[in-house]
Amino acid sequence: MPRAHLRHLPMTWVGVAPFLIFAVLFLLLPTANIITGAFVDDKGAFTLVNLVNLFKPEVLNAFALSIRLSLASAVIGCVFGFAIAVAVSLGGLPPVLRGLAMTFSGVTSNFAGVPLAFAYVATLGRVGIVTVLLREWFGINIYALGFNMISFWGLTMAYVFFQIPLMVLIITPAIDGLRREWREAAEVLGATPLQYWRMVALPVLWPSLLGTLALLFANAFGAVATAIALTGSLLSIAPILLFNQIRGDVLQDPHLGYALAFGMIVVTGLSNLLYVSMRARSERWIK
Amino acid sequence: MSFLDLSGLRKSYGANAVVKSFDLTVEKGEFVSLLGPSGCGKTTVLRMVAGFETPSAGTVRIDGQEVTGLKPNQRNIGMVFQAYALFPNLTVAQNVAFGLKIKGMPAGETRDRVADMLRLIGLPEMGSRYPFQLSGGQQQRVALARALAPQPRVLLLDEPLSALDAKIRVSLRAELREIQQKLGITTIFVTHDQEEALSISDRVVVMNAGLAEQVGTPFQVYNQPRTRFVASFVGTLNTVEAQVLDAGAGRLAIHGAAVQMAVPPGTRGKVQLALRPEAVHLGYGVDGDVVLPATITAVEFMGSVIRVRAACADRIMALDTFNRPDTPPPVVGAAVSLSFKPRDLILLEG
Amino acid sequence: MRRFWSWSIVGLGVVYFFLPLVGMLEFSLKMRRGAYSLDAYASVLADARFRATFGYSAVMAALTIVLGVLIVVPTVFWVRLKLPKLRPVIEFITLLPLVIPPIVIVFGYIRLFNTSSWLPLTGSTLGSDILLMIGYSVLSLPYMYRAVDTGLAAIDVRTLTEAAQSLGAGWATVLARVILPNVLVAVLSGAFLTFAIVIGEYVFAALLDRPAFGPYLVWAGGNKAYEPAALAVMTFALTWACMALIQLATRFSRHTRMQPK
Repeated sequence: MPRAHLRHLPMTWVGVAPFLIFAVLFLLLPTANIITGAFVDDKGAFTLVNLVNLFKPEVLNAFALSIRLSLASAVIGCVFGFAIAVAVSLGGLPPVLRGLAMTFSGVTSNFAGVPLAFAYVATLGRVGIVTVLLREWFGINIYALGFNMISFWGLTMAYVFFQIPLMVLIITPAIDGLRREWREAAEVLGATPLQYWRMVALPVLWPSLLGTLALLFANAFGAVATAIALTGSLLSIAPILLFNQIRGDVLQDPHLGYALAFGMIVVTGLSNLLYVSMRARSERWIK
Repeated sequence: MSFLDLSGLRKSYGANAVVKSFDLTVEKGEFVSLLGPSGCGKTTVLRMVAGFETPSAGTVRIDGQEVTGLKPNQRNIGMVFQAYALFPNLTVAQNVAFGLKIKGMPAGETRDRVADMLRLIGLPEMGSRYPFQLSGGQQQRVALARALAPQPRVLLLDEPLSALDAKIRVSLRAELREIQQKLGITTIFVTHDQEEALSISDRVVVMNAGLAEQVGTPFQVYNQPRTRFVASFVGTLNTVEAQVLDAGAGRLAIHGAAVQMAVPPGTRGKVQLALRPEAVHLGYGVDGDVVLPATITAVEFMGSVIRVRAACADRIMALDTFNRPDTPPPVVGAAVSLSFKPRDLILLEG
Repeated sequence: MRRFWSWSIVGLGVVYFFLPLVGMLEFSLKMRRGAYSLDAYASVLADARFRATFGYSAVMAALTIVLGVLIVVPTVFWVRLKLPKLRPVIEFITLLPLVIPPIVIVFGYIRLFNTSSWLPLTGSTLGSDILLMIGYSVLSLPYMYRAVDTGLAAIDVRTLTEAAQSLGAGWATVLARVILPNVLVAVLSGAFLTFAIVIGEYVFAALLDRPAFGPYLVWAGGNKAYEPAALAVMTFALTWACMALIQLATRFSRHTRMQPK
C-alpha cells in the first residue's frame, strides 16, 4: 500500500507539472519578487522605508486620483450597465436585442487600450465629431466650458466605454438568476413592481452588484494603455507613475517602484477579494 | 351564487388555443383540483385566475366582483408555486410577513400573525432561518403560510407538491387538506397526479386539450368516468370489447360469455367497456359474475396490493388483489379464471 | 411603460456607444481636405512600420495561442481526470492575471529575468521575444482556461479517455486524437479572444521594448493626425471579426454536438 502510494503520487502530479512550473515561474515568482522587493533596501535588508515613501504627496495623490477614477468609472459603469442589462433581459424587448447587446458587449469590453483612446479623441477631441456638431448645431463650445479630455471626468468617460459592456457581460447571468416565481409571488401578495425590486430583486442582486463593482474597479485601476495614449504620461495616476518608474524616466529609486507595484496589488487584491466573497454569498442564495 | 365563477374562459396565443372554453363555479370553502396531463391548459386557467395571463375571452368573478381586468396585486389572492418561490434574501418570518408588510399592517400585529401562521404549518421555531436552510417540504409549507398570511379570498396551488420526494408529498398533501379545511379557504389546486387530486379534493376537474372533460367528486370521476380520456387518465383501466346482443334489454357478449347490463348501451354492434383493476378477481366469484379464462403474464408485488396482469383472449387485463400474509401471490404462467360483476363495467362515450 | 423605459435605456446606450465609433470612422475618412477619402487607410497601409509591427504582433498572438493551448489543454484535462481536488487551486491561479495588474507582472519580469539574473531573458532580443510571448500567455490564461474548461465540461472526459485507452491508445494519442478534436471549438474561442487581447497590447510590449503593434499605435497617436482613427477602425473591425468567429465556432459546435444525442 505505501509503495503503491509512492508510485502513484508523482505520476498524477506529472500531468499538472508544466502548468504549475509555468505559473510559479512567470506569475507567482515575479509577483513575489515585487512584494518582497517592497520590503527590502538596496542591500537586501528588511525595511519599511519604501512603504513609507508611498505616503509622499505625489505618490499619495496618484493613488488617490487612481482610486477616484476607478471608483467613478466603476460606479457609472455599474449603474448604466445594470440598466442596459435589465432592459434587454426583462424589459419586454425583442429577444434578438439581448443577443446583440451581449455580442456587442463582448467586442467593446475588449476594445480597450490605445484604439479606444483614438476613438475618444475622434469624438470629443478639439475636432472630434461631437465637439464639432455641438459647436455648429447648438453653438456649444465644450472646450470653452472647461471640458478637458485629460481631466478626471474626461478620463472617466473614456473608461466608462469599456466598463459598461463588462458590467453587462457579468451581471446578465445574475439577472437571469432572478426567478419568475419571485416576481409573481410578490405580485400576488400585493406588491407593485417597484416594491418587488426594492424588497426582493435588488437585495438578491446586491452581492452580485457589489462584487461586479469591485471587479470593475480593479479593471480600471490596472488599466494603463488608454490613459497613456490619451494623456502621454501627463496624468499622474498610479499605473502611469509605475510605468514611468519602470522606464526610469522620473525617479531612479527602484524600490519605490516595488512599493508602487505592491500598493497596486493591495488595492486590486482587496477589491477582488470583495468580488469573490460577494459572489460566494450570492451563489449561496441562488441555489 | 357561487364564490368563484369562471365563465367562458379562453386563452389563445395566435392561432393556438391553450384553453378553449372553460367554465367552473366553486363554492366558498371548496377544494377543487384541476387534473390533466401537461399542456392541457390547467396551469393557464390558474394563471388567468391569478391575473398573470389575460383571458382572450371570458370572465373571472370572485365573491361577485369581476376581477378579469385587475392586476395580480389587486386581486387579494394567495398562491403557492411549484418550487423555489420563497424570497431567498428574506428569513422564513420575513417571507411570511411579506404580504402583511405590503398591506401596511402594524409591526406588532404582523408579528402575531406570522407566529400564528408558523404554528399552523408546524414550523414555529423556524422563523429566523433562511429558505436555503430548509428542506423542500419545509419550503413549501412556508410558501403556504406566506400565501395564507394576508387572508386571501382564494388560494391557488400550482403543483406545489410535484418537486418533492414521494413520501413528503403524501404527508404534506394531507397536511395541506387539513389546513385548508381548518381555515375554510376556497382553493384551486393544479396537479397532473391523479392520486393527489382524488385524495384531497372536494371536486375534480379533469382537463384535456384545453377543455374540461368532466367535473365531479373524486368518487364520481373515478367510478363513473364519462369519457375514455377521463377513465384512462384517472387510474388504471382495462378495456373490454363486447358484442351487443340486444340493445334494448342490455344484453351483451364478452368473449362468448353473456352479460346482462343494468344500463342498456343503446347502440348496436361492438362497444368498448372499461373495468377497473380492483373490480376484477381471481377465481370464479359468485353467481352472476362474468368468468373468463386467462393466463398470468406478470405479477407486481407492491406491498398491501398485488397487481397481476393476465392475458385474456387478445388483450392483457390488469387486476389488483390485496396481499394476504398466508397466501403466496400467483405465479406467472398459471392458467386462471378472472371474474367480475357486470355492474362494474363502465360504458365509455368516446 | 416598461417597454418605453427599456427602449429609452437601450437608445441611450446605442448613442453612447455608437458616437465614438461613428466619430472615429468619420475622422478616419477626413484626411483629404473637403472630401471623404480612404487616404488615412492608404497612408497606414503604406507605412512600413505598420506592416512590421502588425506582423510582429500577429506572429506573437499566434505563438501565444500555441503556448496557451499547450499549457492549458493538458492541464484542464488532467485536473478533470486525475486531480479534481486540485481544481480550485488551478482555477485560482488562472484568475490571478485578472487580479494582478499587467504592469505589475511585467515589472516582475524585468526584475526577475534581467541581464544579471539566473535566467537573463531580457538580455537578448530572442529572450525578450520569448518573455513577451510568455507574458501574453499569462494575460490570456483566464480566458483560455475558462473557454477550455467549459468546453471539456460538455463532454465526458473520463469515459472518452477510458474508451480510447481500452483500445490501446497512449496518453499523447488520447490528447491529440480524442480530447483536442472535442474541445477544438472551445480552444478556438479561447484563441480568438487571445488574439483580440494580444494584437493591440501596449504595456508588456512597451516595457519589454519590443516592436509590437501596441507601441506603434501610441507612437502614431502622438505623431499623426488622421491615421490613428484609421488604425482604431481597423482594430475595432479586427475585434469584431474575432468575436464573430467565436460566435461562429460556438454555433458550429452546437450543431455537431446535437448529432450524437
